[in-house]
Amino acid sequence: MAVRKPPITTREYWAPGHAACAGCGCATALKLATKAFSEAMEEKYGDPNAFAIAQATGCMEVVSAVFPYTAWKVPWIHVAFENAAAAASGVEAAWKKLGRRGKILAIGGDGGTADIGMQALSGMLERRHNVVYLMYDNEAYMNTGIQRSSSTPYGAWTTTSPPGKYSIGEDKPKKWVALIAAAHQVPYVATASIGNPFDFVRKMKRAAKVDGPAFVQVHCTCPTGWKSPLEKGVEIARLAIETGIWPLFEIENGDFFNIKIQAPGGGAKVKREGGRVVAIEFKKPIEEYLKLQGRFKHLFKRPEAIDEMREQIKAMWKVLGVDVTLPKPGE
Amino acid sequence: MPIRTVMKANEAAAWAAKLAKPKVIAAFPITPSTLIPEKISEFVANGELDAEFIKVESEHSAISACVGASAAGVRTFTATASQGLALMHEVLFIAAGMRLPIVIAVGNRSLSAPINIWNDWQDSISQRDTGWMQFYAENNQEALDLILIAFKVAEDERVLLPAMIGFDAFILTHTVEPVEIPDQEVVDEFLGEYEPNHAYLDPARPITQGTLAFPAHYMEARYTVWEANENAKKVIDEVFAEFEKRFGRKYQKIEEYRTDDAEIVFVTMGSLAGTVKEYVDHLRKKGIKAGAAKLTVYRPFPTEEVRELAKKAKVIALLEKNVTFSVGGALFQDFSRALVNQEEKPILVDFIIGLGGRDVTFKNLDEVLEISKKALSGEEFDEVNWIGLRKEIL
Ligand SMILES: Cc1ncc(C[n+]2csc(CCOP(=O)(O)OP(=O)(O)O)c2C)c(N)n1
Ligand code: SF4
Ligand SMILES: [Mg+2]
Repeated sequence: MAVRKPPITTREYWAPGHAACAGCGCATALKLATKAFSEAMEEKYGDPNAFAIAQATGCMEVVSAVFPYTAWKVPWIHVAFENAAAAASGVEAAWKKLGRRGKILAIGGDGGTADIGMQALSGMLERRHNVVYLMYDNEAYMNTGIQRSSSTPYGAWTTTSPPGKYSIGEDKPKKWVALIAAAHQVPYVATASIGNPFDFVRKMKRAAKVDGPAFVQVHCTCPTGWKSPLEKGVEIARLAIETGIWPLFEIENGDFFNIKIQAPGGGAKVKREGGRVVAIEFKKPIEEYLKLQGRFKHLFKRPEAIDEMREQIKAMWKVLGVDVTLPKPGE
Repeated sequence: MPIRTVMKANEAAAWAAKLAKPKVIAAFPITPSTLIPEKISEFVANGELDAEFIKVESEHSAISACVGASAAGVRTFTATASQGLALMHEVLFIAAGMRLPIVIAVGNRSLSAPINIWNDWQDSISQRDTGWMQFYAENNQEALDLILIAFKVAEDERVLLPAMIGFDAFILTHTVEPVEIPDQEVVDEFLGEYEPNHAYLDPARPITQGTLAFPAHYMEARYTVWEANENAKKVIDEVFAEFEKRFGRKYQKIEEYRTDDAEIVFVTMGSLAGTVKEYVDHLRKKGIKAGAAKLTVYRPFPTEEVRELAKKAKVIALLEKNVTFSVGGALFQDFSRALVNQEEKPILVDFIIGLGGRDVTFKNLDEVLEISKKALSGEEFDEVNWIGLRKEIL
């Protein structure tokens, strides 16, 4: 009988028994990321275990390492909220001196990366440490109970961006850390999503294999903070891609002009010129993404806010060099 | 053969780092310590020191990178002062809690505001609850020696705590003094290789470091830091003795000077000890029974030695370049605690002196003496005294 090779290694580095909420998309992201890393290390160094993790404070740290237990089957260190990149720099320098082969994986949430850890991240990238920084982006400070971060999208409810008489919820556009990382002209920067796990794994492997720093920003769902159904995490993440909310791209060496953009699927029409994506006509309205999440519920009474969101999404794609059209429901 | 030369304390600290052969150094410039990373950069650039020097973007990242490197199992060193040490504050607790034997050289400088680059001890004294050991150097030779000693104590299995060595901004950091640079081979024998059993990030034997601890475990984890500090007291004595045997220079946690029949003993730290000893000689010539004592080790606090010292004095005058507002200096608090339950104890009088680089003169010390004499003769006195205040501009 033919046995099909599993699409990714069955080795586990993020063991069951961690304390993440049921349906946590970030836990899925970490599981896939470590598997991808291990495959990359095996392919590059012949040693699937040739990596260590330095992680920022946040949900994924708190749920995975509660003394005397650990979910980690890989050398792992947590120092503080804002310094995963700096701690990873130190580990990498020590490994260099110890003559150890392999790569360091730094992990931070959107708060630990886009906000308080921005400086340490910039330093690590600029100094060209051999570190992959994985930003798992659940779009708020979840560990402290769902406060907005600079990566929280426009319109979202959080406990510090509550909608009200004078508020539509979060009132600033999302800050795209991947673009800031790319501006450091590091070998590899990508966005990814648990809504497209194969693409995510491919990008993590690529990040792990390049020499020098790499940055991957992965969109991952948080049913607790997004007020979304537990079982719909991957579906919601995929809708973010298919509606134009979450772009999938890769930038090498800060070469924005030659940015690689992955087709979003969901019936979207992609127009290329000389291999480069220049326009995308999305077919699914962003409402399909928004309506599955309680954090956007209030917007359906404020359709002008959803239109504003569409404008911001177009502006973001413009930065990527892509003209997009976004349908309204029923269009 | 040891080399006799002259150098600034910053250079002495850089030399100590070179002799200790740390594998990773991460540092960020700040006056008055900047020369240390500069000098170390030169050592690395010339191939005289085989280390990774991470030119971090802040002190917070300097200490964070040291934590990462130390947790990966290598000897690490950094240098800073003042605002830089304050920026490290959060991570200092973490380094101690994770039991990582990192060593920091601190060019003791005041804290803002107002911004001021000159000497006092507020920067390192403000870190006294972090769990770090603290040593204070009186001169440039001590700065060099104490860094080597600190590595040895810090890496001892019974201790495993980080350590900072303070030396006064400009008075030492930028002042050239005679210094003996020890032989590399002797230092190698003294320190040995650092081979940790508790901190390594090795894929061959994965461990998890820096976990969350619930109330069921947190106190015990903190208690081990307490215990390590207690253990350090004995280990420091052993290492001082070994250092003396190998290098010929004697260190004590508290160094006493003409205290045997003293009525008033001036207690201080750092370079001020030199001035105070001279002042004691000056008083002795006038027939005043004065003595001096210097704390070389401030954390772990040398309680037993303080109690011994206290037996010899009627009044202890604490001269300190730091302040806890509404309370007094740190030494005053620590001496009070060491002596409060002793049956016989001297009177303690606290003097806040020389903040932000203000010179401490014999005239200032005369003021200290006058107040101490009042205490000695049973007159009323103020417990906490700011010495040398320019009342005309207040
Ligand atoms: C210096 C500091 N400030 C604040 C906190 C409190 N804190 C811990 S985790 C966290 C939010 C984490 O958010 P994010 O990085 O997005 O990760 P998530 O919990 O969402 O996975 C905050 C504010 C802290 N630990 N340290
Ligand atoms: S709060 Fe969200 S990110 Fe945190 S564990 Fe729960 S589902 Fe995951
Ligand atoms: Mg988050």
